Amino acid sequence: MKLGIPKEIHPGEKRVATTPDVAEKIIKLGFEINIESGAGLQSNFSDEAYKEAGCTIRKNAKTLWKNADIIMKVRPPESHPELAIDETEFLSKGKHLISFIWPAQNDALMKKLAAKEVTVLAMDSVPRISRSQKLDALSSMANIAGYRAVVEAAQHFGRFFTGQITAAGKVPPAKILVIGAGVAGLAAIGAAKSMGAIVRAFDTRPEVKEQIESMDAEFLMLDFKEDGSGEGGYAKTMSKEFIEAEMALFARQAMEVDIIITTALIPGKPAPKLITERMLETMKPGSVIVDLAAEQGGNCALTEKNKVVVKLDVTLIGYTDLPSRLAAQSSQLYATNLRHLLTELCPKKDGGIDVNMNDEVIRGTTVIKAGKITWPPPAPTLSASPKSSLKTEISTTEKNEIKEKESILPEAIKQLLPLLIIGGSLFSLGSVAPASFMSHFTVFVLACFIGYQVIWNVSASLHTPLMSVTNAISGIIIIGAVIQISAPGFFITLLSGLAILIASINIAGGFLVTRRMLEMFRK
Amino acid sequence: MISQGLVTMSYVAASILFILSLSGLSSQETARQGNYYGMAGMAIAIIATLLSDAVNSYVILILALTIGGFIGTKAALKVEMTQMPELVALMHSLVSMAAVLVGYANFFDNSNELVGIEKTIHEVEIYIGIFIGAVTFSGSIIAFGKLCGKIDGKPLLLPARHFLNLALLIATFWLGSAFLSGVETGGGTFALILMTLIALAFGVHMVMAIGGADMPVVVSMLNSYSGWAAAATGFMLSNDLLIVTGALVGSSGAILSYIMCRAMNRHFLSVIAGGFGSSSGEAASIEGDITEIGIEETALLLGDAKNIMIIPGYGMAVAQAQHTVNEISKLLRAKGKIVRFGIHPVAGRMPGHMNVLLAEAKVPYDIVYEMDEINEDFPNVDVAIVIGANDIVNPSALDDPNSPIAGMPVLECWKSASTIVLKRSMAAGYAGVGNPLFIHENTRMLFGDANDSMQAVLKALGK
Repeated sequence: MKLGIPKEIHPGEKRVATTPDVAEKIIKLGFEINIESGAGLQSNFSDEAYKEAGCTIRKNAKTLWKNADIIMKVRPPESHPELAIDETEFLSKGKHLISFIWPAQNDALMKKLAAKEVTVLAMDSVPRISRSQKLDALSSMANIAGYRAVVEAAQHFGRFFTGQITAAGKVPPAKILVIGAGVAGLAAIGAAKSMGAIVRAFDTRPEVKEQIESMDAEFLMLDFKEDGSGEGGYAKTMSKEFIEAEMALFARQAMEVDIIITTALIPGKPAPKLITERMLETMKPGSVIVDLAAEQGGNCALTEKNKVVVKLDVTLIGYTDLPSRLAAQSSQLYATNLRHLLTELCPKKDGGIDVNMNDEVIRGTTVIKAGKITWPPPAPTLSASPKSSLKTEISTTEKNEIKEKESILPEAIKQLLPLLIIGGSLFSLGSVAPASFMSHFTVFVLACFIGYQVIWNVSASLHTPLMSVTNAISGIIIIGAVIQISAPGFFITLLSGLAILIASINIAGGFLVTRRMLEMFRK
Repeated sequence: MISQGLVTMSYVAASILFILSLSGLSSQETARQGNYYGMAGMAIAIIATLLSDAVNSYVILILALTIGGFIGTKAALKVEMTQMPELVALMHSLVSMAAVLVGYANFFDNSNELVGIEKTIHEVEIYIGIFIGAVTFSGSIIAFGKLCGKIDGKPLLLPARHFLNLALLIATFWLGSAFLSGVETGGGTFALILMTLIALAFGVHMVMAIGGADMPVVVSMLNSYSGWAAAATGFMLSNDLLIVTGALVGSSGAILSYIMCRAMNRHFLSVIAGGFGSSSGEAASIEGDITEIGIEETALLLGDAKNIMIIPGYGMAVAQAQHTVNEISKLLRAKGKIVRFGIHPVAGRMPGHMNVLLAEAKVPYDIVYEMDEINEDFPNVDVAIVIGANDIVNPSALDDPNSPIAGMPVLECWKSASTIVLKRSMAAGYAGVGNPLFIHENTRMLFGDANDSMQAVLKALGK
């Protein structure tokens, strides 16, 4: 089938839905790729690079949309500024559209698309299960947003992030508070940490504590028992008492920290207001707030969407296009997410796609199937819940304990039994065996013990040489044959001669190969 | 010709030298010296025996010695280090073959004048010596065949195999009494030969029932048996040197088997009873998705890492990748990274197999660590590379009580920041995977021949 990659028309959008690298891999799946001329320019991918990868360049949007069975883009379709036509108008029955759609917020768009009888897969609706991680574009974009948030903060912050002692005096490290430790929050923690700042983080979901601490940041504990984990690993709205305690914590922190990065979002609701005007007043002059929730109204009361403003001596950054500000990187990751989706859709690698509604991932992602709105999907069947696994862990350890208790009695007998058997057989042997045998037996038992003591000291790395050297010395059986060989009778001589031959192979081979191996062990 | 006293004295000297030889292996520094002690002991023992009164047919003797020595030398110089398990198994079969031959020779030799209980004990010693020798011989031959792939590594499970073993054992006892009463009347040869055949069948059956992954136990067990065979020969010939050496080798092999069993959390008897080892834990099917990685990304990951752990397995030996792995580790160390090797006790097909391979590739032994030394360290590791290993890095050994390898200590590589698993192939998609490591979120799979992949990574790193 033919894929079409149009140029993004949303003002300020620099991303593109595929890169030359990824295009090459998609073509291997059997697809043809058409791309609008100049689609990748803003992300530094030239038309020539796409052509080299095997794509066909289309001069304008119209021919591109007409010539494609599957349209892949970043932003939802909108009205084209130059052609004065809505992008949805280009679509016709039976075609496919893959992009961000935000079905909850874009009811009108959904209806328009459904009327066109197309199939739409929304990259923002990929279900959050472990199998679909590689096509989770929200996570990959959030990761970039988190990183970029720190870069933006650094841009507007008048000091170093890292602490230094210089000839010109001491520089204290910047203190950064990250609110909400989802993908974006964790990316921000990582970026800020690697620039040398002191990072603290807060989240209503207690299970992320470990993740925050694994990034070497400090988890701010709230002395309040309420779990904020909602469905599908997202956060939920908290009780009034909890929010009060939380706000008190933020107020205390606002006085101390230099930079606040907020990423708190609850699916389908306006962003919670966490940083009040009062808190801003108490912040040090020159502080920076990066509000990643600006799109949904902002976590800070004074944030202005898509703008950088300075209010009460605090710089408020309300950009909503942070991924687009790292266009090459986000195009690369988004394109890879799309490629993974295509791989799921095209299991035969023959360039055809199969929107298999029995597949949980494809089911969740598909919001319109041939004109029928299929959003929202049924609730995911499994949600990663660390609590339940903890429970099973406990129960298995309990079981083990029980097992141990049960086996205490037989254990004692088990240990005694071999001793009794050995003792009994030694006793009965001693009562009949002649003296000559007993002297050999003494030697044998003592040698076993010496062997036992010596071998335990052998280093594990030398076990192979140990085996080959014991092989060689067990060739000592040769002296048995040597003694026999002079006995009368041709047959005995033949047997012994053969035994000597075999045993000497062992002796020579064993010692020499051991030597060869030991020569190789070098410091 | 020297006196009997001198011969005995030389035997004592040889025994001591053998003990010193084994204790020399306690560390790499003294190991070479230990090997020379062993050679010296062997030379003293053989020369003393040659010079004793009992020997006079020198022509055949020296001929056999020369031919055997020549073959052994050739084999020792030619063998590839990856083939060490095969060579060792083959040498076990030779020792035990020699024990069988010496046993028969002794049986046909009527020159000794033992009477009464001493005679009976002597006959029993012959019988036991030949039995152990024959079991070890056929068992080692089968082990050799399995190790070099001439025989299928899967366990061969005959119906009612435990009863079959029991029946063979009972037959052996019954033939033993028939043999003893036969000897009284000057016969018994038939019973002895029949017993030898049963013992051979027993050895074949025993090793056939054991799977490829249990080979370390089998090889060390056969090592132990070959020692006991030598000791039994010593009893038969009333020769203390043979008894001492046999006991040393026997207990050495027994301890190695014990160490191997402990490393797999298996009971020795259950390994010997067979029927396990090649299934590689496929019983537990795990649903999930694997993440592939390419050569370039691997090189990038390694380039960014500071602390790298390499975990080799049998797959590395099969692909002969140890030299390339060493080149990579050299390159990475030259870039100032910490590179270490983590060795599981049962990695490979015989005890210490991986150490020898790495030594052959000139990996310095002070960066090669045992599992117990480094397992706690994985949380600090940035990248762990698993080369052709499976069970020894399988997390279900620790957290799935139903897993066939439950309780076996494993290298906990999934605790490192990321793990790259080199594997020949795996059906794409989310097939039932026996090893949850492969679908762990920090795991990346690099498919292809281990040596080719490592070569490509080396090239990419060099750029």
